[in-house]
Amino acid sequence: MLKLATVIGISSALITSCGQNKETKPKVDPTKIEVVGSSEAELTAPPFVPKPVGDRKATKLIVHMEIIEKEGVMADGVKYIYWTFGGSVPGSFIRTRIGDEVEFHLKNHPDNKLPHNIDLHAVTGPGGGAASSFVAPGHEVVFSFKVINQGLYVYHCATAPVGMHIANGMYGLILVEPEGGLPPVDKEYYVMQGDFYTKGANGEKGLQPFDMAKAIKEQPDYVVFNGSVGALAGDKAITAKVGETVRLYVGNGGPNLVSSFHVIGEIFDNVSIEGGSLVNHDVQTTLVPAGGSAIVDFKCEVPGTFIIVDHSIFRTFNKGSLGMLKVTGDENKTIFSGKQSEQVYHPEGGTIQTMPEDANASKLAKPTSLAERIEDGKSIYNKTCFACHQANGEGLPNAFPPLAKSDYLNADINRAIEIVLKGKTGEIAVNGKKYNSVMTAQTLTDEEVANVLTFVYSTWGNNKKEITPDMVAKMRKSTK
Amino acid sequence: MSKIISLFCFVVLTFSCTNNKTESIKEEQPVNVVIPNDTTFGVTTTMVNIKGAKYVPLYGRDSQLVIIKLFSMDVFPVSNADYLAFTKVNKRWRKSNIKELFADDNYLFEWKNDTMIGNEMKQNSPITNVSWYAAKAYCECQGKRLPSVDEWEYVAMANQDIADARKIKSYNQYILDWYEKPKTSNNEIGKTFKNYWGVYDLHGLVWEWTSDFSSILLTGESRNDVKTDKDLFCGSGSINATDLMNYAAFMRYAFRGSLKAVYSVKNLGFRCVKDSIIIIQK
Repeated sequence: MLKLATVIGISSALITSCGQNKETKPKVDPTKIEVVGSSEAELTAPPFVPKPVGDRKATKLIVHMEIIEKEGVMADGVKYIYWTFGGSVPGSFIRTRIGDEVEFHLKNHPDNKLPHNIDLHAVTGPGGGAASSFVAPGHEVVFSFKVINQGLYVYHCATAPVGMHIANGMYGLILVEPEGGLPPVDKEYYVMQGDFYTKGANGEKGLQPFDMAKAIKEQPDYVVFNGSVGALAGDKAITAKVGETVRLYVGNGGPNLVSSFHVIGEIFDNVSIEGGSLVNHDVQTTLVPAGGSAIVDFKCEVPGTFIIVDHSIFRTFNKGSLGMLKVTGDENKTIFSGKQSEQVYHPEGGTIQTMPEDANASKLAKPTSLAERIEDGKSIYNKTCFACHQANGEGLPNAFPPLAKSDYLNADINRAIEIVLKGKTGEIAVNGKKYNSVMTAQTLTDEEVANVLTFVYSTWGNNKKEITPDMVAKMRKSTK
Repeated sequence: MSKIISLFCFVVLTFSCTNNKTESIKEEQPVNVVIPNDTTFGVTTTMVNIKGAKYVPLYGRDSQLVIIKLFSMDVFPVSNADYLAFTKVNKRWRKSNIKELFADDNYLFEWKNDTMIGNEMKQNSPITNVSWYAAKAYCECQGKRLPSVDEWEYVAMANQDIADARKIKSYNQYILDWYEKPKTSNNEIGKTFKNYWGVYDLHGLVWEWTSDFSSILLTGESRNDVKTDKDLFCGSGSINATDLMNYAAFMRYAFRGSLKAVYSVKNLGFRCVKDSIIIIQK
């Protein structure tokens, strides 16, 4: 029966695609590509991808994919029950070439509570395979399909309630390379965005259950790359050397949000738009739809840490969609001087750059007492600093250092003033943890800098130093 | 009495046989069928009466009012110890004797052998990894039967306080939270809440077999189900996607839809019901 269904599925797929492809691709009809031999597909967990297909012939490719429901870490101290393809979020990366006949074994681990299935967008057939792959816990289904369109495709679970299965992490990417493979590059990585909905607010500790109401309202608590906050940051950052070309296979599992994918300080030389055959060049930000993808590549010209973001930027600074590409090698001062930190990423940073009215207001009523200074500083903090350093100065793990009880802050007042005036880039250690990101220069008056720093020093267990506008003015002069 | 039960079980067997040979068998009895002698096995369980009523199940077969007649239901799901007693007496349901026709390879998968449950398992945990056939035989040997989907859903829509808690947010959240939590089948029975009817563990422990689990056919391509099977959606009038209870019920029906009668699943157990009223002795 299963065989019969498969035969029908494949033959109907053949018929439809013949009709579509004859005009556009007269040379090779991908449905007629013969397969040679068979082999087991290499599957990889993010951020890695299997080795390129190169010039291998189309083959019968056997994929063993296991569905596992398991507890994982969403952020520091925050746990979540993920439903996974292959034990990771996003699921294992599958790499094929056009004409491959994929024999797909979908296994639902006996410990799992729910039935699942898989819809691969690379499949031409009913439900993308979902109708043939519905599988109860403790069972395995097998179905086959021939990949007849090249590109980067999303796969996901499509069992009721579909949104919940996707929201819990059931998505991944399958790549169909053209004959001869994609042009070779030095480094390839797998990055996939997803939005998560937890019962507790962002950062609330403990095991957080899925919140259906928030999912329906499309108000995620976390928007992350590769399944969790920090999955691509710090020690887990992806790496390259100066002079290397990096290709990112970018997917977006959703379930709800569309990603404005951007790498701070890089320009994509080539973008396969929506993962298809159309290639755009010199792109700053590319849109990755939910349930869609893009392939981007760029040459790393200068060393440094390049921040990978969803440029719907509050998601990055407040919900976790921050990854890092660390490039090592020699400086190239022609391309980037490295001295003017403003040039790294001036218009962003979660800060309000200029607020003329407010600036005037604070100039009018110059606080004289310490209490007034703190009061004014607090309002500046809430406008300018809190997006990154958070409401209580606690910062964000792996991204933004804490200001509360901060050894780094308390150690050197002048350094603190300088950072506010000039910004800060590169690795620092705060309270024993390393941070490597970018703070932009703040366009604040001397008065405002003094007030906001006094506020920070006098709260959250810091050493209660008072900073005066004169001190700020001196620093401003001496660092010019 | 035991003869009647044997007859009952015999009917089951012939039923499955006729299913497989629908054309060759007409009125004759199959020749080589061994009449199974499933018998009672000395386990008695507490039951409670469930007062019947009319109700609209979330995704009923006809999406109309369903009439539930008075019946009684086991307070707890069947435990490992209970099932062990059953297989001690009824050897054809032992791990080593089970026919492929009645259960897949996962049947009693974690048991050490025919008479011992696994090291990690507790006597008082719910029996799982049993097929629909096995569950049915167990109930019938006690003069009981499996509940229908409608009956099960009817009792399961109660929380601690009221018979129909389907609109209560905390009740639905409790169910959804459990659906997400793996490995609850190792917990012991009777540790979740006692519901309005006095029944435990309908939510929060294991899935449970129903007699007509396969009567709603989800194709597995659930987005199709949304479009084509109107009955699934008209049940509660117009679908209100913000309603958590839809999701909880949807997941139960999806789970049932993924099963076949021979499947023995680690998170799937059962309990029995009875048509007659029982007199509760104190």
